[in-house]
Parts: sequence; structure tokens; C-alpha cells
Amino acid sequence: MSLTTEEVKKIAYLARLGIAEKDVAAYAKDLSSILDLMTQMSETDTDSVKPMAHPMDQNQRLRADSATEPNQRELFQAIAPQVESGLYLVPKVID
Amino acid sequence: MYNKTITELAKDLRAGDYSSVELTQAYLERIKKHKTLNCFITVAEEQALETAKIADTKLSSGEASLLTGIPIAQKDIFCTQGIKTTCGSKMLDNFTAPYNATVVENFNNAGAVMLGKLNMDEFAMGSSNETSFYGAVKNPWDTGTVPGGSSGGSASAVAAQLTPAATGTDTGGSIRQPAALCGITGLKPTYGRVSRYGMIAFASSLDQAGPMARSAEDAALLLQTMSGFDTKDSTSVDRSVPDYSAGLNNSLEGLKIGLPKEFFSEGLNNDVAKTIETAVNEYQKMGAEIKEVSLPNMKLSIPVYYVIAPAECSANLSRYDGVRYGYRCKDPVDLTDLYIRSRGEAFGDEVKRRILMGTYALSAGYYDAYYIKAQKVRRLISEDFNKVFSEVDVLMGPVSPSTAFGLGEKTDDPIEMYLADIYTIAVNLAGLPAMSVPAGFVDNKPVGLQIIGNYFKEDHLLNIAHQYQQATNWHQQTPKGFE
Repeated sequence: MSLTTEEVKKIAYLARLGIAEKDVAAYAKDLSSILDLMTQMSETDTDSVKPMAHPMDQNQRLRADSATEPNQRELFQAIAPQVESGLYLVPKVID
Repeated sequence: MYNKTITELAKDLRAGDYSSVELTQAYLERIKKHKTLNCFITVAEEQALETAKIADTKLSSGEASLLTGIPIAQKDIFCTQGIKTTCGSKMLDNFTAPYNATVVENFNNAGAVMLGKLNMDEFAMGSSNETSFYGAVKNPWDTGTVPGGSSGGSASAVAAQLTPAATGTDTGGSIRQPAALCGITGLKPTYGRVSRYGMIAFASSLDQAGPMARSAEDAALLLQTMSGFDTKDSTSVDRSVPDYSAGLNNSLEGLKIGLPKEFFSEGLNNDVAKTIETAVNEYQKMGAEIKEVSLPNMKLSIPVYYVIAPAECSANLSRYDGVRYGYRCKDPVDLTDLYIRSRGEAFGDEVKRRILMGTYALSAGYYDAYYIKAQKVRRLISEDFNKVFSEVDVLMGPVSPSTAFGLGEKTDDPIEMYLADIYTIAVNLAGLPAMSVPAGFVDNKPVGLQIIGNYFKEDHLLNIAHQYQQATNWHQQTPKGFE
């Protein structure tokens, strides 16, 4: 299985991941060989096997729907790249 | 004092042979002296001395626990309030967590002294510690070779005796493989045994933290402190924690050891194979019975792992958006540009490769063929283990197909690096506990024996490792120049 450079660019965009134009071909090559490795799986019959999402098949533990975290906005915003008046700043989204 | 066990150090502290401040200072000096190994990303000198001072007061007033005043070091994947946590990435080079990981909190409560934060592969993705933004770590046994990864800083620091013990994390072998390559004792607990709160996520159905130390006896003490139910981690298992030191001296008479034939097939270095056989013979002398078993689906663990781990990583790492914390690119023109450039500029090559792979495997049209298929085969791999554990108590085999390889030797070929994880990743897919125990040397490089146990049998693994360490002294060897 091989991925084209166009496909790699599309995946990178889906992941919002900048990759340099000069590296695209190398990623395409690496990902293609990783995908080749994956084809080994298709030789195994798994029609009657249930997918395993948790090593011990446990379900997510539930808890009461109540607020347990104190409000620590200032503490959390202290490590943000850009904040103003308690808000996280990003480039303008709506004109 | 550098080659003493934690129990011995604790005894000396109580006898007044030296104070915790003196002990801490001695290790801090040693860390400086061997800076070229590049084990530490951050040395927390000031905080360490402050904690040591408090520990000395507690020791003299008799309020101390066994770990009070004992220096340890944390893999830089565990969040530490007030001390930088980077996860080996440029993305978090400016990140100081607003809270402590539960593991860190547990060690703090026990009065342990944190010397600093240990180097690692970026976001724990790697098997050689060469993907770290802070540069590769060197293996003290041969500074031209890798220490293994991703907990390479932890393994190298313990082997070089820059800290009596350290923490690590293991998603596909990241505790066991560096422990093997550096000749130390490492334990990956059962999935859910140790809280992952504040442990930066890589692949959430696989990640687990564990101890890295110079002996099974020390590892038992660390695991005791690390383990336990934590409501802050939804995957934490609500199950009582046994006394891990209590059974260390139990006899191994009648122990049933399974040798999976898949662990000894092609690809395994001959001398490593011989070393493992010798170790198994040692167990026979102690009264263990040996049986050949089979894990027929084990060979599929590499493709399964390299679908599941990247898929989960691509989801976990989507949180690094340049908005709330971490790296942000300069002068983004719009929000998309902010995301794309922040992530593009701050993630390294291997992390990008895995995000791409994971995004692809989870994308529409491929999800069933890759992710669901991998989860199905994962169940088959796990069932193989369940079957053999009805016949034997533990499994033994190598950790790594070879000893430490050269720095730069495998960096050009990611696949070759992935293939070297063959003996460790099936354990993560099944969620089982496993150890790496020093079992000898090939060309002066350490070889690790892997011992795999059934779910929550950490106490038994530690007993089995400890008995071997009573009969052999491989774990007490120190690399030249680090005596």
C-alpha cells in the first residue's frame, strides 16, 4: 500500500499539522512502509472477534454529576501564550 | 553510598551516618559531574535541598516513612507543580504544570526528595531516546550507544547512579527496554495499577507508569508508593494494593515458567538468546519447572500496536493547539494557521509521523480496516496470554532482540526501530505486568531478562526477580567510570 504526497498533505491538514514541503515525500515513503506492515493483519480472520478497547474489558467508571474541580482560571491562564481580561486570545475568527 | 539500596540508605539516614541534605548534595554533584550523559532535562537543585531539609527534621523527630529523605528522579512526563514539565518536546519547553501528577504527589507525601526531571523520547515516542528535543541520552555502559527509550534518561541515570531510583512509563516497552539496555531493574505494572493523573498521555489504552531501580527490592518499595486507586484517573483500578515487599523471599520451588517459542525465533541475537537460557537455567536450579508455550498471534503485535498507539496519540496530542498552553507560533494570520504552524514548528519528526499515521488510521473509509481490525487482533493476542497463563505462572524471554545499538544507527529507518519492540508490546496490548531484570552481558553490554506475569501479580514478579538477584549479582554491576 502506498500513499501519495497529495494524500499525506491531506492527512496533515486534517491533523492541523504543518509539515515542510521538502519533507512530504519522506513522510509518504515512511507511512507507506508502515502501512505495508499493517497488511499482515488482514491475513487473520477476525469476523467473529469483538474489538478490544480496554485491556481488561472494563467500562468507564461513572461518578455523580457534580462539580468537583475548583475554579482556577487565573492559575491556568498564567501559562497561556496570550490572554486578556480572563479570555484566551486567538486570531480573529469572525469578521 | 551510590551503590546502596534504598533500604540501606534509609538505615544510614536513621543512624545519622549522613543527613538527607548531605545525601541529596552528593547526588546533585554527581549529576553535574556526569552531565554529558544528558540524563536530566531539569535539575531541581533548590527544591530538592529544601525537601531534604524538611526530611531531616522528620527523620530526627521520628515521623519519617521509609522513603523520607531518599532522592529519586521523575521522568519528565509527570507534571510537577512549579517545576518545568516538557515531555521531551519543544511544544512544552515553556510549560510549568499548575498541579502535580498523582505519582509525584505520592512520592512527595512519602517525603522522597525529587532531584529533577529525566530526559525521554519526545512524548514517549521512541525506543532510543533520540527523539528528545533536548538531545539523545547516552548509555553509561558504552557512551556511543543508546540507553533505549522512551524512559532512557531514567534508565541511564539509575545505571550511572545519578539517582538511587527513578520513575518511568511504558506504552510499548518504554520501561523494560531501556532497563534492559542499561542493566537495571524495571517494572511495568498491570494497566490501571498506577494512577495516570498528571502523566502526559500518549496512547491511553496502553500507558502505564512504573518503577526503575537497581534491584527488585527497591522496585517493590517504589511500586508500593506509586500504586493505588485514584478517582482522578478514570482508568485507575479500584483494588487493594498488596505489600510488595512481603513475599520477596518466598521460595520458587514448583514455579511454572513458560518460554514462548515466538520469543526465541529468528531476529534474536544468538548471544542474547544464550544469556536468557542461562538465566532460565538458574531458575531451574531454584526448583522451577520449564515448559515451552506458544503465543501464536504475537507476531501481529507490531502492526496492531503501530495502528492503535498512533491512533490514540493523534487524538491525545490534538490538545496541543497553541491556545491554552505550550508553544505558539509567531504572528499567526488566522486560527488554522495558528494550529498548523504551532504544531508543525513544535513537534519533532517521530511525533509527526505518528500523528499522521494515527489520523490516517482513524479517517473515514479507513477506520474499520485499520483501527477496528487492530482492536480485534488485539483481543486475539490477549487471549493467547490468557490461555498460557492457565498452564504456567509466568513467562520468560528476552526484552530486546539485541543489546544497546549505536547512537544514530537506526534513526534513518523508523520501521527498523519499531521492529525492535517485538518482545515488549504484546504485554501492553494485553495490559499485563512485566519486568526487566539484569541477566548478564554480551560484549560488556547488559542483557535484560523479561518476566511476564498474570494481571495484578506484581508481587509475584518481584519475588521471582528478587530470588534471581539473591543468586546472581548482575544487577550490582556498575559501568566503568561510574563506580
